[in-house]
Formats: sequence, C-alpha cells, structure tokens
Amino acid sequence: MRIALFTTCLADAVVPRVATATATLLTRLGHEVVVPPEQTCCGQMHLNTGYWRLGAQVVRHHVDAFEQVLEECDAVVAPSGSCVGSVRHQHAAAARRQGDSATAARAELLAARTFELSELLVDVLGVTDVGAWFPHRVTYHPTCHSLRMLRVGDKPLQLLRAVADIDLVELPQADVCCGFGGTFALKNEGTSAAMLADKVAAVTSTGAQVCAAGDSSCLMHIGGGLSRLQTGIGTRHLAEVLAATREAPLVLDAVGAGAR
Amino acid sequence: MSTFLGMPTATGAVRGDRPFPAAAAAGLADDQLRRNLAHATGTIRTKRLAAVAELDDWEQLRLAGSALKADTMARLPQLLEQLEAAVAARGGVVHWARDGEEANRIVTDLVRAAGATEVVKVKSMATQEIGLNEHLEAEGIAALETDLAELIVQLAGDRPSHILVPAIHKNRAEIRDVFRESMPGAPADLGDDPRELAMAARAYLRRRFLEAGVAISGANFACADTGTLAVVESEGNGRMCLTLPRTLITVMGIEKVVPTFGDLEVFMQLLPRSSTAERMNPYTSLWTGVTPGDGPQEFHLVLLDNGRSRVLADPEGRSALHCIRCSACLNVCPVYERVGGHAYGSVYPGPIGAVLSPQLTGMTGGKDPNSTLPFASTLCGACFDACPVRIDIPTMLVKLRADAVEAAEADRTVPSGQDVAMAAAAWAMTDARRWSRLISGGRLLAWRRRGFRRLPWPGSVWTRSRDLPALPSRTFRQLWRRRPGAGEGR
Repeated sequence: MRIALFTTCLADAVVPRVATATATLLTRLGHEVVVPPEQTCCGQMHLNTGYWRLGAQVVRHHVDAFEQVLEECDAVVAPSGSCVGSVRHQHAAAARRQGDSATAARAELLAARTFELSELLVDVLGVTDVGAWFPHRVTYHPTCHSLRMLRVGDKPLQLLRAVADIDLVELPQADVCCGFGGTFALKNEGTSAAMLADKVAAVTSTGAQVCAAGDSSCLMHIGGGLSRLQTGIGTRHLAEVLAATREAPLVLDAVGAGAR
Repeated sequence: MSTFLGMPTATGAVRGDRPFPAAAAAGLADDQLRRNLAHATGTIRTKRLAAVAELDDWEQLRLAGSALKADTMARLPQLLEQLEAAVAARGGVVHWARDGEEANRIVTDLVRAAGATEVVKVKSMATQEIGLNEHLEAEGIAALETDLAELIVQLAGDRPSHILVPAIHKNRAEIRDVFRESMPGAPADLGDDPRELAMAARAYLRRRFLEAGVAISGANFACADTGTLAVVESEGNGRMCLTLPRTLITVMGIEKVVPTFGDLEVFMQLLPRSSTAERMNPYTSLWTGVTPGDGPQEFHLVLLDNGRSRVLADPEGRSALHCIRCSACLNVCPVYERVGGHAYGSVYPGPIGAVLSPQLTGMTGGKDPNSTLPFASTLCGACFDACPVRIDIPTMLVKLRADAVEAAEADRTVPSGQDVAMAAAAWAMTDARRWSRLISGGRLLAWRRRGFRRLPWPGSVWTRSRDLPALPSRTFRQLWRRRPGAGEGR
C-alpha cells in the first residue's frame, strides 16, 4: 500500500523521531511511505483557539497539500489522534463557516481517507503484531481525542500487547485528561498543572519506565511534568515503541527523557 | 454574534465578575475545596457508570432524549402555547417573562397578592438564575430554601457551586459549623454525623412548611399536552412545598416543556441515573393545574425566557437548551473537579455552564468574564459521553471560542498579542517554504541537549509547571530529504 505521512507540525518541528518512527514502521511492514512536501499543519491550534478565519486558511492549505498525493496514495496517516480528529471533525465545518463549500467538500473526501496510526494498522492494514521488540515496563495513556473523538478504543493496546518482551502495565484513571488541551495549557496554566499533577502521580504509581501515548502534544506535557519532578520516567510515542525491533532497538537514553 | 443582537439577553446571576482563570485560582488554592470536590465527584462518577451500565438500551434512551429535545426546540412557540392552554384549562394561571427582572416582578406581585411576607422554596435553577431570593429580600419578603443543600448554602451566605449538589464544596464538619452558627434552634452540641445534621434541618424546616402560605418552585418538565408539571427530588422537602401551602408559584425556563406526558418515560429514566446514579429518584411530584380541596388552591406558572430565545436562534448553539440539569457533565469534568463551581461565575457551572452562560448573556468582548468560559476546557470530551441527551459540548465550546474571538476583534482597535501570534503562525503555515524556515529556527536552541527548565516570557507560562524537551537539530522534513535512498523528490 502507498501511504501518505501526515507528519503533524509538532513532530516536524519538535519531535521528528516520531515521524521517522512512523515511516520506519510502515516501511518495515512492506508499505511505501510518501511525505507530501507542501504539508505544514492541520490548523487545529487556530480552530481550537477560536481563530476560525485564519484556521480555515490553514485547513485549505492542508487540503491542497494532500490532495496532490491523494491520487497516488491509498491512505493518509498521522501519528496523532487530535490532528486526525481535527481533520475529521473540524475541517469541513471550518471551511463552511467561511462560506467555502468547495473546500469543505474536498476536506470531507480527504478526511475519509485519513487515519490515526492505530486505526490504520488495525482497521486498514489488519495487523496487530507489527513485529516490534521493546523489553521495558510501559504504561499507556489513551489521549482524549483518540479515545472520545476518534473512538480508537483499545486498538493501541492491542498493538502494544503484541510487542515482544514488553511489560505493559495498566495506568490508573487512564481515561482522565492529562490537562494539556492545546492553548488551554497556557490560558489556564494553573488548572492544567493541577491535572498534570494527578496524571504524573498515576504514571509514577505504575512503576513504568516509559509512558507511551498516541499524541506528541499530550506527551510533551506529561513528559514535561515527569521531567520537572525528576521521576526518571520517560515518554515515548506509540509509533516509537512499535518501530523498535531487536535489530534496531530503541535505546531509551539516546534522546533523553526531557530536561534534567 | 451580531446576527443575534435583536434577541434580548439574560439578566441575573449568569455572569461572574472575573475572567475564568482568575476565578479558578481561588478554587485551585483551596485545599479543603479540592479534597471535598475530588471525593464527591469521584464517588458519583463511579456510581453513575454502574447505574448506566444496568440498562441495555442506555444509548437508545440517550438518542430518544436527544430527538425529543430537538423536536421540542423546533416547535417551541407552538408547544408553549399548547402548554399555556392546558394549564389554564385546569385552573392554573400562566405568566410570560421576557427576562429575569420581569419574572422577579411577576413573582413579587403574586406573593404580595397572596398576603405573604415569607415563602418556602423548592430547589430551582431558574430562580437561582434570575436572583429571585435577593429580589424578594429587597422587597421585604423572606425566601427560605428547603432543599437541604440549598439551605446550607443560604445559611452560610454562600453561593451554590453545583447544579444538583449546591453545597458539594462543603464537607460535613463545615456544614455542622454553618448549622451551629446560623440555623435557629440548632443544638449547641450538634455533631457532624450526616443523620444528626439531617434531623436538625428537618426539625427546623418542618414548622416552616406548615406555616407557609406560598411556595415557589422550578420545574424539571412540563407536558404540553396535559399541562402537567414535574419536579423530581430526593428529600421530600420539595413535595412538602408543592402540597402544603395554599399558593404555588412555579418559575420555569421555556425550554423545559416536553411535547407529551408519555415523553416523561424517557426522561424519568435518563435523569435519575445521570444525576444521582439512582434507578429512580425518591420523590417525583406531578401536578396539573388546581385540584379543589387537595393541594394548592392557586397555581401560577411563570414562563421564563431570559436569553433562551437568543440561544434558540443559533442553530449551532441551541442544543444547549436540551440540558435537563442532571449535572453529569460537572461530575466527570476534570476542570470542574479542580476549580469548583464558583470559578464559572454563573449559577450554571461546569461544561454545560461554559456553553450555556455565554449564550444566554451574549459575549461582549475580551473583558467579558463569559467570553473566557468557552476556553475553560481541555476539550477532553468526557462531558459529551456523560450527557444523557447527547449535547455535543466540546464542539459547541469550539464554536463559541470562534464567537468569542470575533466579539473581541469587534471590541478592540489594536490587535492583541495572541491575534498577532495567530496571524503570524497562519502566515507561516500556509506556505511550506515559510514554515520550513520558521521551524528550522529551532536549531538555534538545539544546543541545549537537556531541554529547558526555565524560559523567559511567554515561554515561562509553559515552564512554570513543566519542562520543555530539547529541540532537534534537524526538522523532520530535513531528515526526510537526507534519508538513505532519498532523491525521488519525496
């Protein structure tokens, strides 16, 4: 299958290893990965902060960027539940609010072909054992938009359970939000920090070495909290865990868990 | 928002005096409040999930509730006139109030006409919303709250912080202190055992029920076909008010009407399980007009608009009127759990308050406290999943954020820092070359391999409570161009 990688702006700029891992994983599974060169961002930050006129411009750019490769690709994948959530639930509405029904229609077509990583693997490619090896204790935080906007259910856990030698431990109160919420983390910093404190406590209680999730943004927030308290627990994206193999293992110290 | 300027906005207690983040700081810093709320919402969350899981057709019930409400809103004027006729046919009198001030005047005149200087009250959000108690007090009429939690809040001179459990922010030791200090006749050695507290309140209230000539209530539902009003409650104090006094005045938001008596079948299943996690609420009072020789001999129904027509006019916002005030969304909200109800300013706190209050009042610009409410959410979606009538609160919050930004833009002449940042980001994000150049700038900070513990403003807003990871020396698009085997232009 030929798959277009929707990198997401955060992975492109801040955590490129997540996009690399997604490409590595899909290539290993025998698929061809295409990276549409014109892509930038899905516009979610603008839309969720109330800037719909600007957001609609970013949406149109996103649709343009991926439409160019849609002909030759079977699907679009992003290593992010919230970016795919925006594509699926906001893009057409954003265009429509600006009276741009043509872009709205094109956005709907693109959304129907866009998948979050665990959806693509389990639903589209029909695979749960991706041949990964990750001999560490891991706890998984199911990010809110994956859980309640995309309804990915336990697909990420199905994938993680099939990873060789993984010690997957359940995260208490897993479905409670970590407190990131995009610009919420800045506008309501105190409340965001209070929510983060409880998430960090839950992660720490598991004794895990790594907290994994399907969204780099939530991980940046949780990881920032784990690092601030010197917990020694790192964060890794689901894609990084699934990309790791015996031949090409993910060495936990290589990138650092955050600021220390 | 300019589309709806023609519609009157709400008056009363639906707008606070501070932006949400400032008001939230007080709750966040209150250790006792945090403990009380975490305990109470945590308990009710678990119970609700169990109560809902008992029903195989819960999702169908939610869909039915949602459909009934959508149908009601689609023909609200017709249903209200039908209700008015049905109530009048059974000996009730219907009054129409455009806003809170008008409703308060109508109620005051009715109480005066009944010759009363004291009224007993059934717990009611509508009368909280319009500040009826305060208005009556100013007019020389004492209004006594008889719902136990409302009584606690009233005696404490406090404000409710939850739709269903107004004193959720107080624990039993605090309640004992309130009773000892402010409840006439309370034993000096009153303990904090829940039963002991309830018995003290019971002794205090019972005499007032028997003496009262006028009761004031809200309504959970009103059936347009029969003119039947419904109040559901747990304590029976509402039943006392609804049956003992000679005159009953009910203040009801116009959205509470349901098309038929049969529709209660759906809502009477949805409401108790969602609100108190009970299969059935202990007391359901239904009354239709006046029954000679039984119960109140005079019945007045005040139909309250107070901004609701304004909400109804907005196709994307009107489902906020579907709310049946169960408070399930408050109980599951991680933001509400940490800041408490007072942070929302309005009598409607939590997720539903964040979508309802700004729509009832309209948002007037950046300094309007209600303009900050749509941002008081991480959009985690727990509220939507819990809502018994499937109000898509997260989607509505995002839409209201757009309205808030438009109102703020219209309100100011100089763009804010956020406006400039968003415009700059959009400029970069609509061109891959500009974007690539912008994020390549991260390289300048990549020297610090251990990330950042403290950044100057505005980065400090992030680093006050979290570290920022080290930035990469290459962006993904640079890495991808240089990958082994690259060169096909992809």
